[in-house]
Amino acid sequence: MFVYILKRFSSAILVALTVSIISFSLLYLSSDPAAAIAGENASGADIEAVRKFYGFDRPIAVQYFEWLTKAIQGDFGESYYFKLPVSDLIFDRLSITMKLGLSGMIFALSFAIPLGVIASIQPNSLIDRFALFLSVMGQAVPSFWLGLILIVVFSINLGWVPASGTDSFQSYILPTIVLGYYAMPAIMRLTRAGMLDVLSSDYIRTARAKGLSKRSILFKHALRNAIIPVVSLAAVQMGFMLGGAIVTESVFALHGAGYLAWESISRNDLPTIQALILIFSLFFIVFTFLADILNVWLDPRMRLN
Amino acid sequence: MSIIINKTNRTEMKTPTSPTPREVIIGRMKKHKGLIISFAVLLGLVLVALAAPLLAPHDPFKQNLLLRLEPPVFLGGSWNNIFGTDHLGRDYLSRLIYGTQISLLIGFVAALISAVIGTIMGVSAGYFGGKTDLVVTFLVNVRLSLPVVLVALAVVALFGGSLFVVISVLGLLLWDRFAVVTRAATMQIRNMEYVAAAEILGTKIPRILWKDILPNIANQLIVIITLEMAHAIMLEAALSFLGLGVQPPTPSWGLMISEGKPMLFFEPWLITIPGVALFILVFAINMFGDGVRDVSAPEGRN
Repeated sequence: MFVYILKRFSSAILVALTVSIISFSLLYLSSDPAAAIAGENASGADIEAVRKFYGFDRPIAVQYFEWLTKAIQGDFGESYYFKLPVSDLIFDRLSITMKLGLSGMIFALSFAIPLGVIASIQPNSLIDRFALFLSVMGQAVPSFWLGLILIVVFSINLGWVPASGTDSFQSYILPTIVLGYYAMPAIMRLTRAGMLDVLSSDYIRTARAKGLSKRSILFKHALRNAIIPVVSLAAVQMGFMLGGAIVTESVFALHGAGYLAWESISRNDLPTIQALILIFSLFFIVFTFLADILNVWLDPRMRLN
Repeated sequence: MSIIINKTNRTEMKTPTSPTPREVIIGRMKKHKGLIISFAVLLGLVLVALAAPLLAPHDPFKQNLLLRLEPPVFLGGSWNNIFGTDHLGRDYLSRLIYGTQISLLIGFVAALISAVIGTIMGVSAGYFGGKTDLVVTFLVNVRLSLPVVLVALAVVALFGGSLFVVISVLGLLLWDRFAVVTRAATMQIRNMEYVAAAEILGTKIPRILWKDILPNIANQLIVIITLEMAHAIMLEAALSFLGLGVQPPTPSWGLMISEGKPMLFFEPWLITIPGVALFILVFAINMFGDGVRDVSAPEGRN
């Protein structure tokens, strides 16, 4: 177990380092950052001065290591647009994205798991078909479009919730649904498949033969085992969801980290984009790492290997 | 001895009572309603894309500022503009028809590029194992941890939002599932006797990969291509919606939704129509992929 965690951890670190190189170099690929800062009307001499000032004239490797050592300490430089430290900027916005991601995941789990369990108890029943239909439908509806439709129905026609902003918790309701629905089909399918698998196993037959109540079989014996892969899938989906928050946040004008990413890309604000790509990647790396560890911890059979 | 067994097997295969694997699959295809319906829908959409200049009632780029935001027929508009006109007075139906070309082109080419990259990586990881496998697994992990939308947006912002850039970016980003699936499939096939036989006979490795491995993972590959095609189409729409995908005045469905967004309060049909088109296309592609998987699944094979 310890060796496994150590191996998994070192691979996570290696992936994170590679991602940091990519997010750093991505923005040096085609554009000249000095020209971007100096603005459209700058003369050649101005651009050279900016290049010297920010240190863009040094070798890329030197710049990368300087950026990395500072980034590890939480210093991502200064935003070109806001003229503020990037870390301050991101820290504020990130709490909104985390709130949204967390509520989206809770929403997804509280719908997908019960639906998956019910579907597995009566396979090919009306509920099962409805669940399958919902998950197939869900995969074909673009999330930004769903968001706009929800705004039309619930904000404009019914006036129940605000269409945008972050003033109250009501303004999180629609974004939560849009972000959560994205993770639902996969979780529901896995719950259903896992339950079907477990329900046909020998120990469930034994439990039935012993005369245990249906409820005890379902929740104490079956769901507890079927839920293990779902937990790790949920952690992975959480990483994907935070990456997908950029679309949801821009639909609802929710000023989180995703919205900041979109703004920064439109404004060519390099330090902010670099930091955000790195941070969103790190979230994914941390969540998948936790998912793997959780998997081993929850499933005693895997601890032995 | 073995030759005799082989011969009897062959004669058995030819009798009408035991159909060949190909006949089994074709037979199952004919029974699979989802597959037939989705194939018909996709075929229809491909035809619409190909015949766009013939089908479109108006020029999709021609603006008419006197006829702005005309409602569609079912909301009291005229038959001249069946789906109404947009904020620049361009015929919405014509833009929708030309949008089919953009979505299908991006989806298909991006999925194809991803398929080539991912399959080369996955097959070599699965076949050679060892260090190759380690490197490929590592690359897949790196790719998965990069947020697709964010990276695609940043790259499109850097290189400009042409069709070529959008297709290349998506093609270079969506290979992870191809690599994962073909790696696992190749690992299984690699242990088959016919691969061992080919190796003992001294067949060159590229030939083994091409003749023994690839045909046997083809079904799985088709399923992933459909999934990633749908994925690419959705991503293009999202990028264009965010203003960093295909640029105006190209009639992309995502861009149409984006252009309709300011009129959300008064003209919600502007976003409903391209959204439904997007839904039908992606739904049909997913259904087709599911159908292919059902039909080619080995469980029910006779």
